[in-house]
Amino acid sequence: MADGNGSAARWQDELYDLLRRHNVTQFAYVPDAGHRILIDRSLADPGALSVALTTEEEGVALLAGADLGGARGVLLMQSSGTGNCINMLSLIKGGHFPFLTLVSMRGDFGEGNPWQYPMGQAVEPVLQAMGVICLRIEQPEEVVPTVSAALTMVFQGGSAVAVLLTQKLLGAKAF
Amino acid sequence: MPNDYPQGVDMAAAIAAGFILDRRDAVPKLIGRHEDFLFVTGLAGTARDIAALTQDGAHIYTMAGAMGGACMIGLGLALARPDKRVLVATGDGELLMNLGALATIAVLNPANLAILCVDNGHYGETGYQKSHTSLGVDLEKIAAGSGIKRARTLASETELAAGSRMLREGNGTAFVVLKVKPDDPPPYKRNMDPASCRTRFRGALLGGLRDLAQRKRPNERRKFM
Repeated sequence: MADGNGSAARWQDELYDLLRRHNVTQFAYVPDAGHRILIDRSLADPGALSVALTTEEEGVALLAGADLGGARGVLLMQSSGTGNCINMLSLIKGGHFPFLTLVSMRGDFGEGNPWQYPMGQAVEPVLQAMGVICLRIEQPEEVVPTVSAALTMVFQGGSAVAVLLTQKLLGAKAF
Repeated sequence: MPNDYPQGVDMAAAIAAGFILDRRDAVPKLIGRHEDFLFVTGLAGTARDIAALTQDGAHIYTMAGAMGGACMIGLGLALARPDKRVLVATGDGELLMNLGALATIAVLNPANLAILCVDNGHYGETGYQKSHTSLGVDLEKIAAGSGIKRARTLASETELAAGSRMLREGNGTAFVVLKVKPDDPPPYKRNMDPASCRTRFRGALLGGLRDLAQRKRPNERRKFM
């Protein structure tokens, strides 16, 4: 977390409430520290379904299925997981499925783990190559307006959007 | 017509290994009244099986790419629509590409979801190369080991009725492997445009609504865990 004073918890709670107000009901994730509060809130919410995945591409297909049934979902993943999604995004792009993902970035500002750089730095070009629009967030006050914009782009505009929660926002993990 | 098999297939070996049923006969018998299901299919063989069965109906979503996604599309649909029965019909090759999906599905175990794997032990679309299921991999055991409690392999005509009941009933997700001989699926030409298939499917299921949120009284959603 960027700080120890609870501001991260505050924006994550606001983010969860925002997603639920927009009728997002399926929360798909591979467990990740950056999304801990969203995951825990979805597990505790009787109106939401938490879907723990073995790999992130499952979440891409899951959200397409949700859309076929008329429901809305979000994929919560770490930057390394975006690489696991690439071919499955053919489904999103070819099918014109709405697609929303929140990506907690690694291999980014202040990263100390060399293993995180290759995929972390490739997130934007790779997602863009598959037709996913990337919106970066660096400050806590940008979270709600940016995700609000993404919700409109995805569920009204019918587009595919990745909101990148950068390490300036989340803080770099200490090693 | 014993000489009419796809080139390169060792049919005698396949039959000796239990791949005996004819998919063009067994799949329709196993499914029965297709209108009772929403379908998600795999890429080639099962897409044609189900398109032929339903005359490419609006209650099917067939794939021709994004291999490994069928079971999870089915899960998303089943979770979105607990009021409908969802049947994923996919092949052994497509299923093998994302076995982790079986673990994900087992954890949630939605009762309105069934998975039918039409297993011919081969990659039919690419020239009938053997798949892992011809080489000792047992998908029923993988499903059972993943935690799917209702898992079964069907390899003979006499087992189809019990398999049909599994696809339609029960208090958790069903997983049925239908072993068939490595022979071609029906030569049906389906709509292969993923976007128009989406529009068609949603139009039939949702009517004029953009999504469930527009319903005056959205379905009460069930918690599976």
